[in-house]
Amino acid sequence: MLSRVADSLYWMSRYLERAEHTARLVDVELQLWLDQSPETGAGRWRFLLEGLHAPGAQGAVDATKLMNTLVFSRSNASSIVSCIATARENLRHVREQCSSEMWEQLNRLYLDVMQTKPDEAWMLKSHGFFRAVQEGAHLFHGITDATMSHGEGWQYIQLGRYVERTDTLASLMEAHFRRTAQPVDQAVESAEYLEWVALLRSCMAFEAYCKAHTAEIRPLRVAEFLILNPEFPHSVRFSVDRINAALHVIGDLTERRAKSPTRIAGRLRAQLSFSQIEEIMAEGAHAYLENVRGESAAIHSAIHEIYFDYPIETELAS
Amino acid sequence: MTATALSQQFRVSSSKASYQFDAAYDEMFEAPGVPREHYQALHKTLLGLPPEELRKRQQAADLTFLHEGITFTVYGSKEGTEKIFPNDLVPRIIPSNEWTKIERGLTQRLTALNMFLRDIYHEGRILSEGLVPRELVYSCKHFRREMRGLNVPRDIYVSICGTDLVRVPDGSFAVLEDNLRVPSGVSYMLANRKVLKRVFPTMFRDYGVWPVDHYPQALLATLRSLAPENCNYRQDPTTILLTPGVSNSAYFEHTFLAQQMGIELVEGRDLLVHDNIVYMRTTAGLRRVDVIYRRVDDDFLDPLCFRPDTILGVPGLFNAYRAGNVTLANAIGTGVADDKAVYAYVPQIIKFYLSEEAILPNVPTYLMSDDSQRKYALENLEKLVVKAVGESGGYGMLIGPQSTAEQREEFKARILAEPRNYIAQPTLSLSRAPCVIDGGVESRHIDLRPYILMGEKVTLVPGGLTRVALRKGSLVVNSSQGGGSKDTWVLREGNGEDRVAKIPVIGR
Repeated sequence: MLSRVADSLYWMSRYLERAEHTARLVDVELQLWLDQSPETGAGRWRFLLEGLHAPGAQGAVDATKLMNTLVFSRSNASSIVSCIATARENLRHVREQCSSEMWEQLNRLYLDVMQTKPDEAWMLKSHGFFRAVQEGAHLFHGITDATMSHGEGWQYIQLGRYVERTDTLASLMEAHFRRTAQPVDQAVESAEYLEWVALLRSCMAFEAYCKAHTAEIRPLRVAEFLILNPEFPHSVRFSVDRINAALHVIGDLTERRAKSPTRIAGRLRAQLSFSQIEEIMAEGAHAYLENVRGESAAIHSAIHEIYFDYPIETELAS
Repeated sequence: MTATALSQQFRVSSSKASYQFDAAYDEMFEAPGVPREHYQALHKTLLGLPPEELRKRQQAADLTFLHEGITFTVYGSKEGTEKIFPNDLVPRIIPSNEWTKIERGLTQRLTALNMFLRDIYHEGRILSEGLVPRELVYSCKHFRREMRGLNVPRDIYVSICGTDLVRVPDGSFAVLEDNLRVPSGVSYMLANRKVLKRVFPTMFRDYGVWPVDHYPQALLATLRSLAPENCNYRQDPTTILLTPGVSNSAYFEHTFLAQQMGIELVEGRDLLVHDNIVYMRTTAGLRRVDVIYRRVDDDFLDPLCFRPDTILGVPGLFNAYRAGNVTLANAIGTGVADDKAVYAYVPQIIKFYLSEEAILPNVPTYLMSDDSQRKYALENLEKLVVKAVGESGGYGMLIGPQSTAEQREEFKARILAEPRNYIAQPTLSLSRAPCVIDGGVESRHIDLRPYILMGEKVTLVPGGLTRVALRKGSLVVNSSQGGGSKDTWVLREGNGEDRVAKIPVIGR
């Protein structure tokens, strides 16, 4: 497979994941806002920006401006509209490599969000918009799984999706742990309860958590669930497992198994597989998640260096 | 077949008659209301369809094109440049005996043109004998000095050719122009067929039409047969399609052909040259490339050798080519043979190399570099069509009968400034064929572009792209100038013996 094609598929997938993640977070925050006093609500916007590593986290924040930055701004490369436009542009350059159904779905999603204008009326029904973005992304991945060969190209799509997810999940939780008290292994109530439920919802994990630990919200179990659960698709461990799986298949297909991405991803996977939440908390969740983000960035650079943009001199020498 | 039905469907009775019968040859009718033998079944079907049904089927076909994104790009217009290539539902039918002649004629022509290219880039016999003026060849915009003395595999310079044919009023075919550089449009031929099969399934079977679907396969076989001699994998050479990228007008076709052939669609930035070997950058490392079906013009292929400002090409590609380590199809510098002034000499070229008369005649052509011919042309501009010799796609043309005095003055000045750069031809009345216009059937002018492949053997896929001048009365069929296209049916005769021509090629 051409490096350029692999690169485009990888980035397309990353951008789409980022758009979906942002849509989900903003949606959850808007819902939560309804349950809170205006002052607390306004304060929360800053947390949202921190969790997304978005610009403008400092200074006064008002809802309209913020909505514009996170959703519509083309100068913010991570806004929902920018992400979807970039994802589509990446796929457009490699259209012949994906199924026409995939292209049609992403193109449709793009046309839908491009038509949306941020006005008063939109603010009132924005929930529908965020739902549509999330569903559009889910549908795209469903179509991809059903219509595209699960070969090398498909693996780069998985890789992009889960590298992005690892990074966004770790960022979100890092911001969360920084401002909350040390998680305890007992049920919490009122304001604190809302905070932790919001975190679960931001990771689409509320229902799955309840199935595992009942509706009793115990912060330590929430942290464990979101970091270490091997079965839930929006946990850090699950995402890192998927990265490993994709890298192994790609390694086999390209006969470049022993190289660095597999090693770094394997190391991260081992950490997540054998860590206990109590240990993580004792050392500090913040530092642990910082490390996860660093490793995911290292995996990204290694993929780039081995598959997309390798130095030609060493290739010719070998 | 009642008179009213005829007038409804074919709009012949009203004074604003749209199905015009004029001097041009009519593909369907021998005389008003009397269809030619091979059109009878189609004529009957059309009469049997209520106008509403015709409109519905046309809409269904249009929708298919839209959904599949079968589009082209128009240059020089600012707003939304992606357009659907309009497709017309009524097929154009060519009887078997006419096709046989076309096939022989085009094979002869392309064989001679390839010998001509070899000759002018080597000994130049035809120039020494004075049959084609030396200065005409050397002054050609597309003549590439760099190609002197360079040998190409099998001595085939042009392996993919799309020749434009027109039918003149007496019913015979003539060659309007040769496209020997990077001819496009073949994807529309295949797309038209796919859509027509859906819209008229039964008629299709009853008629006995030769299939065209094997074109991508034949193209791949042609490309592979041209692999360089010192290629490591002569049996399985790595073949790729080089595209200028998404913004090229024929990008859809590039993706389509690459997909159909199962080869990589590559941009210049995916390739690199080291020690005169071309590699593509893949996720599994660098992979050597043997044959490049390039859809990039000569000028943009290699910044070290041709235009230095190109970012579409590959630095060092020409040296690798010269070293014989990679094949480019078509070869570099083939544009000299489809120069519209050189075109005028093609019948002599055929005679010189093959000692045969041209099977398909040329259209009469006046060279503006010749004093007496120029004098005649300038006096008769309102009757002639003037074309710039190095242009294609319907750009840079003057159509005398439809021009204003002002336009004629402008062209006159241009001709006098650069006589070598222009030719003139009589305004041809291209043949007419029935087309669906607003749910009725009207006549429009058409031409025909069959595609010829030349490698180990010659392949003409029976059919081609019939282009339609959809604007009423217009004679310009180019897609960039408001043209459309229709499916082209070549009929089988009796038994179904293999149609694909297998004619051995002169040379290695």
